[in-house]
Amino acid sequence: MAFNHTTASIPGPDDITRLELDNGLVILARRNPNSPSVTMRGFLHVGGLFDQDEKLGLSDFVAASLMRGTHQRDFQRLHDDLESVGAGMGFSGATHTTGFSARSLAEDAELLLAILAECLRSPSFPPDQIERLRAQILTGLSLRAQNTGEMAALTFDQLVYPNHPYSRPEEGHPETIQAIKNSDLKAFHQRHYGPRSMVIAVVGSLEPPRAVDMVRRVFEDWENPEQPSLPDLPNWEPLAETVSQRLDIPGKSQSDLVVGTAGPARREPDFIPASVGNNILGQFGLMGRIGEVVREQAGLAYYAYSSISGGLGPGPWSVRAGVNPDNEEKAVELIHRELERFSDELVHPDELSDTQSNFIGRLPLSLESNAGVAGALLNLERYQLGLDYYRRYPGMIKAVTREDVLQAARQYLRPDRMAVAVAGPARTQAVP
Amino acid sequence: MSSDITKLQLDNGLTVLLKEIHTAPLISHWLWYRVGSRDEVPGLTGTSHWVEHMQFKGTPQFPAGDLDKAISRDGGIWNAMTYIDWTTYFETMPAPKIDLALRLEADRMHNSVFDPQEVASERTVIISERQGNENSPLFRLDEEIQAAAFRVHPYHHEVIGDMADLETIQRDDLYSHYRRFYNPANAVLTLAGDFDSADMLARIRDLFGAVPAADTPARLSRPEPPQKGQRRIVLEGPGETTFVKACYHAPRAVDADFLPFSVLESLLTGPSSLNLFGGGISNKTSRLYRALVEAELAVSVGGSLQATIDPFLFSVTATVHPERDAEDIISVLDAEIERALQEPPTNGELARAVKQARALFAYGSESITNQAFWLGFVEMFADYEWFLNYLDRLAAVTPEDVQRVAQTYLVPQNRVLGIYLPTGSQEDHS
Repeated sequence: MAFNHTTASIPGPDDITRLELDNGLVILARRNPNSPSVTMRGFLHVGGLFDQDEKLGLSDFVAASLMRGTHQRDFQRLHDDLESVGAGMGFSGATHTTGFSARSLAEDAELLLAILAECLRSPSFPPDQIERLRAQILTGLSLRAQNTGEMAALTFDQLVYPNHPYSRPEEGHPETIQAIKNSDLKAFHQRHYGPRSMVIAVVGSLEPPRAVDMVRRVFEDWENPEQPSLPDLPNWEPLAETVSQRLDIPGKSQSDLVVGTAGPARREPDFIPASVGNNILGQFGLMGRIGEVVREQAGLAYYAYSSISGGLGPGPWSVRAGVNPDNEEKAVELIHRELERFSDELVHPDELSDTQSNFIGRLPLSLESNAGVAGALLNLERYQLGLDYYRRYPGMIKAVTREDVLQAARQYLRPDRMAVAVAGPARTQAVP
Repeated sequence: MSSDITKLQLDNGLTVLLKEIHTAPLISHWLWYRVGSRDEVPGLTGTSHWVEHMQFKGTPQFPAGDLDKAISRDGGIWNAMTYIDWTTYFETMPAPKIDLALRLEADRMHNSVFDPQEVASERTVIISERQGNENSPLFRLDEEIQAAAFRVHPYHHEVIGDMADLETIQRDDLYSHYRRFYNPANAVLTLAGDFDSADMLARIRDLFGAVPAADTPARLSRPEPPQKGQRRIVLEGPGETTFVKACYHAPRAVDADFLPFSVLESLLTGPSSLNLFGGGISNKTSRLYRALVEAELAVSVGGSLQATIDPFLFSVTATVHPERDAEDIISVLDAEIERALQEPPTNGELARAVKQARALFAYGSESITNQAFWLGFVEMFADYEWFLNYLDRLAAVTPEDVQRVAQTYLVPQNRVLGIYLPTGSQEDHS
């Protein structure tokens, strides 16, 4: 009775369907016989990298406009059709890509896909809806200005990536959102949206051949021959020294801080050792070494952890913590000491083997839901990892050595070349 | 929603619920205690949550720091939550590794150390957690509203506790709270996943059966007297955004009015999901979204109805449009509420609410962790039947039930109105 095919839950070439349509759209599908629902997730290579500085946020704004009405359904009709059957759908813009996520009961999969295709192919950008959306985005930006965590991260990006697109928040600024016209939205959509860069993963109760047919029906006649590729990322210049900045947000109780720099892109060969190292530094157990020192021993913070983004470019590798404003310097000092140790010494053999078994052991749990499997399939395509990646993964993790981890730490995390960004209530003391 | 579960009680009073699910090589293990912030008196607010933190600080068998490493090493996830009514601990692990979770939870039901030094370092961690919450306008508004809504009932204070108490609570306060509420008769153990129930039960008897029995502790009972007249809170703070939060005293989860109320919620602010894992759906066709957001009075609106032991609150939260003010929101809200009082919903609207609930349960069922959550969660305020019959009972709700419930609860006398007024952002965006 017990489940005894451990590998059967791990997607591989024998149970992932992958197919590319003539127009370039890539379809991935996998069946989950235990689920009464279906999830569709995907992305297009359309992102904030296309935005001009004076209209920063345009790509994001377009993504948010897609469900505001299409040439087939107005806003209320579109959402009524989805919500009446308990279905959900959303689009979100990022720097390199625009993503989508949708789900419904199995019986409503055709409807879900029809609406998804309408939103992507024929949004109507109704002026009243766009102005409503603009007010919502602007309110979001006022709330961002009051959010110590978000403002610390934004300040951090400006410190780490001067003269690089990663210094820019893809959601824009109030003045750039005000500068975007309805005609800009339409032109951006017309120029950049197309099947050539699109990937969709369908996971759930549908048989893959049926899923492929359904996707084909609504997307195979989509063409946009003029669709440009994303601009190349400029090279990132490593920091020459440690740089710090503190932002006052009056009236708050707690400060948030981010310490770090740029890490490897996902496809760099040292991403895996860096990611294993990051787990030891600020994830494993209760937030790794950082959590142990900053939270457990010093009692300075409710949260203190490190993360490595590893996207399509050199995204941040950083430590974050929320602390009392009086403890900012102390926390930064403790984090600095851990970064020194991390780039000076080999990790302990037990730390490495613990993290290796953690990475391998948690794989089935991350693939439990339809959305989890869909996300995993998309990563295969986004980073060109190969359909057998998750089957090869345990071997790749086991092969990482302590020296590999130290090498990656030294390559990226140099304690004398860090960005330190803090946002919190105004203080009288000196900047950390 | 399969009824295929095993439910029984051990000799020491521990209630056990098991549900075999052989879809993935995973097991989720939850241990629930009948203690929450509602069991705290002034001077000791925040004790239940702090005790939950201390449960991660070690026993002689599993010293601090070993626990989290052991779980992570096996590829598991774990966490704990303290709510107004209950406290719960969970581990979801690869199936062959679940014994660790069983040993750990059986041990820390009785043997946690509460080392004074660990208490001291956790004090500043929890104060930091509270200060992080205080950064959010909506946390501060919630805190004021709950205090105004519950003059007598201990739902008065936030789970995290008041700052004054977080500064003064002592180690022995925490330890005696632990000793009083952490015992088998006051706990419910739930597991879902890839196991054989008979084998699992034998192992549970070995480990948890050995924990000494104790009396079931009495819970604090201070019923809230009916509210007689609207209460209004105005809170000021930094920022540029106004929030309006209207709260109505709502029925408890086992009340016959709860299901009609959830239909009412679905009509007004969209269906909310009781799943802890699995998420919800949008509310753009709900009545209040149309009346407030589509009319450009608010930029967002949401509702919340929670399944609680005693009557808690149904809330409507609106983020006010930058060119509007709180009074604009309140007058339109009142008009929509009046409509719900005057007209019963259509049968179509009721059928829609049932379909939405069915979809939400389907999404939640993908997660074994969520399935084990449900087994225990309902035991905190009802029993598993409540969950099994949910959709049938929802389908039986009539338009007249919904109108009657609106007329009973959604009246100004039963409302606490909270307004967050921004004083402006003074920071320099240089």
